[in-house]
Amino acid sequence: MAEILVLVDHADGAVKKVTLELLTKARALGTPSAVFIGAGYDKAAEKLAEYGAAKAYVAEDAELDGYVTAPKAELLAKLVAEHAPAAVLVPATAEGKEVAARLAIKTGSGVLTDAVDVSADLVAEQSIFGGSTVAHSKVAKGTPIIAMRPNATAPEAAPATAERVDVSVELTDAAKLAKVVEKVVLPKGDRPELTEASIVVSGGRGVGSGENFAVIEKLADALGAAVGASRAAVDAGWYPHQAQVGQTGKTVSPQLYIAAGISGAIQHRAGMQTSKTIVAINKDEEAPIFELADYGVIGDLFKVVPQVTDEILKRK
Amino acid sequence: MMKIVVCVKQVPDTEAEKRLLPDTLTVDRESSNPVLNEMDEFAIEEALKLTEAHGGEVVVLTMGPDGADAAVRKALSMGAHSGILLSDPALAGSDAVATSYAIAQALGTTEYDLVILGSEASDARTSLVPAMLAERLGLPQLTFASKVEIDGTSITVNRLTDYGHDVVQAQLPAVVSVVEKINEPRYPSFKGIMAAKKKPVAELDVAAAGIDAALVGQAAAATTVVDAAQRPPRSAGVKVTDEGDGGVKLAEFLSAQKFI
Ligand SMILES: Cc1cc2nc3c(=O)[nH]c(=O)nc-3n(C[C@H](O)[C@H](O)[C@H](O)COP(=O)(O)OP(=O)(O)OC[C@H]3O[C@@H](n4cnc5c(N)ncnc54)[C@H](O)[C@@H]3O)c2cc1C
Ligand SMILES: Cc1cc2nc3c(=O)[nH]c(=O)nc-3n(C[C@H](O)[C@H](O)[C@H](O)COP(=O)(O)OP(=O)(O)OC[C@H]3O[C@@H](n4cnc5c(N)ncnc54)[C@H](O)[C@@H]3O)c2cc1C
Repeated sequence: MAEILVLVDHADGAVKKVTLELLTKARALGTPSAVFIGAGYDKAAEKLAEYGAAKAYVAEDAELDGYVTAPKAELLAKLVAEHAPAAVLVPATAEGKEVAARLAIKTGSGVLTDAVDVSADLVAEQSIFGGSTVAHSKVAKGTPIIAMRPNATAPEAAPATAERVDVSVELTDAAKLAKVVEKVVLPKGDRPELTEASIVVSGGRGVGSGENFAVIEKLADALGAAVGASRAAVDAGWYPHQAQVGQTGKTVSPQLYIAAGISGAIQHRAGMQTSKTIVAINKDEEAPIFELADYGVIGDLFKVVPQVTDEILKRK
Repeated sequence: MMKIVVCVKQVPDTEAEKRLLPDTLTVDRESSNPVLNEMDEFAIEEALKLTEAHGGEVVVLTMGPDGADAAVRKALSMGAHSGILLSDPALAGSDAVATSYAIAQALGTTEYDLVILGSEASDARTSLVPAMLAERLGLPQLTFASKVEIDGTSITVNRLTDYGHDVVQAQLPAVVSVVEKINEPRYPSFKGIMAAKKKPVAELDVAAAGIDAALVGQAAAATTVVDAAQRPPRSAGVKVTDEGDGGVKLAEFLSAQKFI
């Protein structure tokens, strides 16, 4: 069976859910080999095996993490040259897409972004124009590189051995041009990750302040949801930028998306429009978010949100 | 004195319904007003601010069909000094690999210390071009910048990441892409709009840019669209006005949908 490389997305060995989705997809295309770059493989090994990685190429050299994306692309390019995989799957995150971009140039391959599915003949399904069009595309040159959108596939376990193969690459000078001199890591709470969550509750300018976001968080916690925010709320400093949903923030596609105090500007819609069920709470009856909403409540979020939160807690 | 090239893309109006043409499976650019990609306004603004602080000039470069000069003019009216319009029927239907190649070749016709792009174009939204360009040019990649500082020949940016941000350092020349957090783009003034009409715009075709026509355009693309179909629009939902029980009603809906 053809080998499929899967770039592992992880934080110090804690494997992100999107990786399990990619492994699940890769099994339908061939035999998955995980590519693990960075520290913490021991922590990751079991998960990767559980979801079907037959092999794990492990590159622990700290240098690979010390520069912007280029080293990861060099390592992958080396693996592509040595193993001639049938395809490379990466997560369609900001970094995943950039690694894909550089790898495409290095290997003379095409890259498809934001795929929501891939068929056995490597035709990718892309949900484009905010989900209004479904396109099928394929790579016509080189080794297909496909960036898969998180939350598009249900991960399924299928244990394999994840045979460890240590790998390294002699970085070129070109890969070391953009040096990371400091990593600023913001504290991350216990809530689910935005792009992984099956429910997202987002607040916008209507929330009014950082403190008031507690109202949004309480509803999110009652539902076991992630918290998102509009750009207006992020730019006001009420919530960190990682929570931004939209064109320049995260693209989310949960089972349920609740927008409170968000008007529904096109740039916001671009990041949440493909959610299965959309609920909007807004005091302005004319707010464009209602055009998308399966269920809309015209009202003050400070009344509606606490009430629905209480009601949910009561029913649990 | 710094010379900064800003790459801008002309895209269909942000608000417009977008679709692919059924025959060529390329973006229907006729049915809506073409505009300058919003994110690229932030790139232009940053370039203008940097040259205002350090001296120098801003050149705006676009690759696009006839009429893409409107995007260049908009940038010139904001204050950019000159433009380069790369336009040739041979480029139509280029994918990201080919686009980055064509832009890299066009950049070869000029000198620069810095190339600034938007981090995403609003039509295709691949975010591939900036990293591909850095790879092709062999220059440092400083992408998703929310802050840019230049000190002599050294450049430092804050690169937004999933966990916060990275502080990234490199030497000029470099490739930067910016996010919309970085600044507040200026509006063109009336004077700026008038002045833009007289600013020089160099027009390049494939030959003049030194582009191998066999490597660009739809036929050469490394990716092909097999088919595309429009999804039926979302069906209209339920809308209720809160009369003191809006939260309870919402809970009933969520319960009926098995979310609680
Ligand atoms: C290049 C670019 C990229 C962008 N990227 C993004 C992006 O990624 N994500 C994003 O979100 N935006 C993005 N934007 C910004 C976008 O255009 C909007 O400005 C933004 O989404 C507005 O946020 P909002 O809906 O919270 O605020 P507003 O549009 O001000 O809406 C606030 C809403 O809250 C309602 N409200 C107020 N008080 C209450 C209350 N007590 N109860 C109920 N409702 C209330 C109001 O009726 C209103 O509808 C981008 C813009 C540009 C130019
Ligand atoms: C819906 C859709 C999906 C697509 N999917 C893919 C895909 O998966 N893979 C693929 O290879 N191609 C894809 N394409 C083709 C892609 O649109 C073109 O290759 C395009 O020229 C570059 O990609 P982008 O618009 O996404 O730019 P991005 O990489 O998102 O743009 C980032 C920045 O690059 C600069 N830039 C981009 N284009 C130009 C230009 N023409 N002139 C000057 N500066 C520019 C701008 O500063 C812009 O802000 C897709 C096209 C469409 C319409």
